[in-house]
Amino acid sequence: MSNTNRPLLTHTHQEFEAELRNLKDRLLAMGGRCEQMISIAVRAFEERDAALAQEVIEADRQMDEDELAVDEMAVRLLALRQPVGRDLRFAVAAVKASTDLERIGDEAVNIAERAIEMEISDRLSPPRAKLPEMAQRAGAMLGDALNALVEEDAAKARDVFEQDDAVDDIYSQVMGLCIDYMRNNPSRIPDGMRICNCAKYLERIADHATNIAEMVIFLVEGRDVRHGHG
Amino acid sequence: MSRSKEAVAEAPSNVKMETRGVNVFYGANQAIRDVDLDIADRSVTALIGPSGCGKSTYLRALNRMNDTIDGCRVEGRILLDGEDIYDRDVDAVEVRRRVGMVFQKSNPFPKSVFENVAFGLRIGGEKDKDVIAQRVEESLKGAALWDEVKDRLQSSALGLSGGQQQRLCIARCLAVWPEVILMDEPASALDPIATAKIEELIRELRERYTIVIVTHSMQQAARVSDFTAFFYMGELIEYGKTDLMFTRPSRKRTEEYISGRFG
Repeated sequence: MSNTNRPLLTHTHQEFEAELRNLKDRLLAMGGRCEQMISIAVRAFEERDAALAQEVIEADRQMDEDELAVDEMAVRLLALRQPVGRDLRFAVAAVKASTDLERIGDEAVNIAERAIEMEISDRLSPPRAKLPEMAQRAGAMLGDALNALVEEDAAKARDVFEQDDAVDDIYSQVMGLCIDYMRNNPSRIPDGMRICNCAKYLERIADHATNIAEMVIFLVEGRDVRHGHG
Repeated sequence: MSRSKEAVAEAPSNVKMETRGVNVFYGANQAIRDVDLDIADRSVTALIGPSGCGKSTYLRALNRMNDTIDGCRVEGRILLDGEDIYDRDVDAVEVRRRVGMVFQKSNPFPKSVFENVAFGLRIGGEKDKDVIAQRVEESLKGAALWDEVKDRLQSSALGLSGGQQQRLCIARCLAVWPEVILMDEPASALDPIATAKIEELIRELRERYTIVIVTHSMQQAARVSDFTAFFYMGELIEYGKTDLMFTRPSRKRTEEYISGRFG
C-alpha cells in the first residue's frame, strides 16, 4: 500500500509546494549559469580573449546574488514550513549545493583571470591542449549532477563519482606535461604555472560537482555518503 | 509475514509493553488490523496518523479502556511486563492503576486540588493521612505543579488554568504509582506556553515512566518522543526511532503524512 512506485503526492498547502518549486528552480538556474561560466572561461583561456574573461567576472556577481537568494529561501522554508523527511533534506541539500555552485563560479573567474595574464604565443603548448578536454569533462559532471537533482535520480548522481576519477587522471597528466614544458622552456615558467593552476581550478570544479551529486543522494535516499560514509 | 511485522524496523531493546496481532472491532467494524508493536520502557512513544486511523483506539486497548465501550472487542495479545492484560484472571482496575491515562480535555473533579490528587489513593483504600499528604505533594512535584499550587491546596481545582488543570490530571495519575502513562492529545487544548510546560514535563517523566502519547501535532511528536508509530486506516504502517521517522521515513505513506501531503 505504501511502497508503490508512484511519485509523492503534492503538498496540501499549495504555497508550500510553490516555495519548494521556486527554490529548486533558482538552484537550477544557478547551476545553468555555472555551466555557461565554465565554458566561457575556458574559451577565454583558449583564445586569450579579455572580453570573454570579463563576461565571466560579471556573471560571478549574479552567482553571489543567487547564493544569497537560495540560502534565504531555504532558511525561510525551514522557519515557516518546518519541513520534515524529503522536504527537509531538500532544504539542507539546497543550502549546501548553493555553496558549491558559488565556488564553481569563483573557479571560473580564476580561470578567466589567468586567461588575461597568458602570453599570446603560448597557444600551442602541449599541456594547454589538455585543458579543453578537462573542462568539457568537469562541465559534463556538473551537468549530470544537476540533471540528477532535477530528476532526483541517485543512480545518475553516483555516475558523477566515476567521472571524477577520470578528471583526476587527466589532472595528473597535465601536471606531468607542465613540468616537462617548464623544464624544457624555463622562460615560459610563468605560463606553465598558469596552466597548472587552471588545471587545478578545473579539478576543483569537478570536486564541487561531486559534492552536489552527494547531496542528491542525501536528498533521495537520506544517506550521507560524504567522506566515504554510507 | 504481516504488513505490520514488516513495518517494525527498529524494535526497542527494553520492552515494557508488547502487542501482537492486535485487532479491535466496534461491532462489525474493524478499527485496528493485526498490529504488532513494542512499547519501549522509560521512553516516549508517539502514535500519529490521520483522524480515524485507529491510534486512539489502540491507545485505549493498552489499559483496557475499551472494555467500557459497548460492542468493542479486542483480539490478540497485549502484554505488560510479559503478562497478558486481557487474561481472565487479571483485574482491569489494577491494569488501569499500572497503566494510567491522561485525556485531551483536562477533567479535574469539582473538588479541591488536594482531593483531586488524593482521589485514587482513597479509592485504593489508603487511609493514612500522612501517607496521603506525602503522596499528594510528591505527585504534584512530579507533575511540575507543586510550586504553583502549594499555597492553595484546598481551593477548587476548577479555579486552575487549563494548563494547570492538565498537569493536575497528570499528578492524579502519578499518585497511584503507575508504570505506564497513556496520553491522548494532552496539549491540544492548551496555549503554546502551557503546551511547552506539558512537553517539558513529558520529557522529565520518561526518566521514571513509560509514556505513550497520541498527538495530531507532528512537531509535538518530533519534540517529545523517542519512538514514533504511524497508523493509517487501522494499520501500523511504520514504526521507528523518531529522528529517523522525521528525517528519512522508509514508507511513502509516512513521508506524505508527516510532510503534509494528504492527497
